[in-house]
Amino acid sequence: MSQLIVKNITKSFHKKTVLDNLSFTVDDGEFVSLLGPSGSGKSTLFHLIGGMYEPDSGDFYLDGEKITGKRGSISYTPQSPSLFPWRTILKNVILVNELFGKPDEQEARAMLEKAGLAGYENAYPHQLSGGMRQRVAFVRSLLSPQSFICLDEPFSALDEFTRLEMQKWLLDIWGQNRRSILFVTHSIEEAILLSDRIIVLSSNPATVKREFKIPFPRPREEAILLTEEFLRWKKEIYQELKVLQ
Amino acid sequence: MVLILLFILWELASTFFEIPKWLLPAPSEIWLEALAGWPNYHHHIWATIQLTVIGFGIGSSVGVLVAIALHLMPRVREAFYPLMILSQNIPIIVLAPLLVIWFGFGMMPKIIVITLVCFFPIAVSALDGFRQTSQELIHYMKMAGASKKQIFFKLELPHALPSLFSGLKISATYSVMGAVISEWLGANKGIGVYMTLASSSFRTDRVFVAILMIMILCMLFFSIIISLEKLFIRWRPKGEGSSE
Repeated sequence: MSQLIVKNITKSFHKKTVLDNLSFTVDDGEFVSLLGPSGSGKSTLFHLIGGMYEPDSGDFYLDGEKITGKRGSISYTPQSPSLFPWRTILKNVILVNELFGKPDEQEARAMLEKAGLAGYENAYPHQLSGGMRQRVAFVRSLLSPQSFICLDEPFSALDEFTRLEMQKWLLDIWGQNRRSILFVTHSIEEAILLSDRIIVLSSNPATVKREFKIPFPRPREEAILLTEEFLRWKKEIYQELKVLQ
Repeated sequence: MVLILLFILWELASTFFEIPKWLLPAPSEIWLEALAGWPNYHHHIWATIQLTVIGFGIGSSVGVLVAIALHLMPRVREAFYPLMILSQNIPIIVLAPLLVIWFGFGMMPKIIVITLVCFFPIAVSALDGFRQTSQELIHYMKMAGASKKQIFFKLELPHALPSLFSGLKISATYSVMGAVISEWLGANKGIGVYMTLASSSFRTDRVFVAILMIMILCMLFFSIIISLEKLFIRWRPKGEGSSE
């Protein structure tokens, strides 16, 4: 499976340092969230991992192999679902497989069904709601040949109700397909509910400020949102973020 | 509806003011000539259809190929784009006789004329279609590790299809005009020939029959392109405009 090591990454644009000596690890099958104020260079980090451009210094390793500046090593889902409007849902989720060989439609159908999207295989993206489009985008990530998944604030454009529903959905489907996930968010609750570990980033430039290990057992229920322990975590992380501002 | 009203007005006006037939025939007279003269001109129509189809086929292929070539080579595009626009500034009426001098009275100069009027709308609309591909999707494809070729065929080409079709629609109607103009130059059959013969012998009714035929042909080609468009682009949301 897959383990990602981010090692001493530094990147600056126009003499402004965006990422400063950033290091952390995502272990195999682990769900790690990056939490930080907007504009703290989280998207830049994803673009670097994805090989869109190279860091000034430092390297990325996936399962021990150096992937710095190499495209197509990870599966990435941006903030917007980025579905192709002329492709049906089924054709959309097998897109990345098409790039690397022959896609398995049977597997795709099965996965869509598990994701609660049965019956929409031949629909077009504009016929689906925002939440459903995000589901499709995530199913596409699960089906990609790359086993490491990066999610860039996938639920930020959704309303509160859909968001909670999507978080439950993500917990459920991730429980069935344990992949290593690096998740970017600026919602503290979302981070606690979903992650095994939370990495708090400072901004300008981004460095690892602190790490929290979230001990809630899995499978998790949304009920934990209301427990004392949850609130304690929230307070602690909130205070950590407040110091940053 | 407006058209029918216009015809009625025209008909009434020509009988009321007693306009001579060679100046402006009434719609009814044109209609009668269109029916009665069918054996005289139907072979002209076939000739024009043939010329239009061949010219349009070649013209649109050239347009698409030019667009793809210019899109894939941005530097070449910068050099050639102004040239392409310039090519549209040459009046066809002036160019056409020159083409006859160079290539004779055969098919060649006619097809060049149609190609010239056809390729431009297609090339420009296809180029715009390629260029307006969502940056977000391109970015996604790059992150996923897609090659340049895959980005073109899986993303840019399907994205440009709707605008390509708007170009095709314009070109389809232009190509009929192009065919008629090229027939004026010197041909032995075609609606253009029929038109010149009619106007030089003051058969104004026949000129109008020719105009009618040109309009019908234009609409025919247009509707063929529209049905092709419907066949190829089925994903578009109903209320027009893209899905957010």
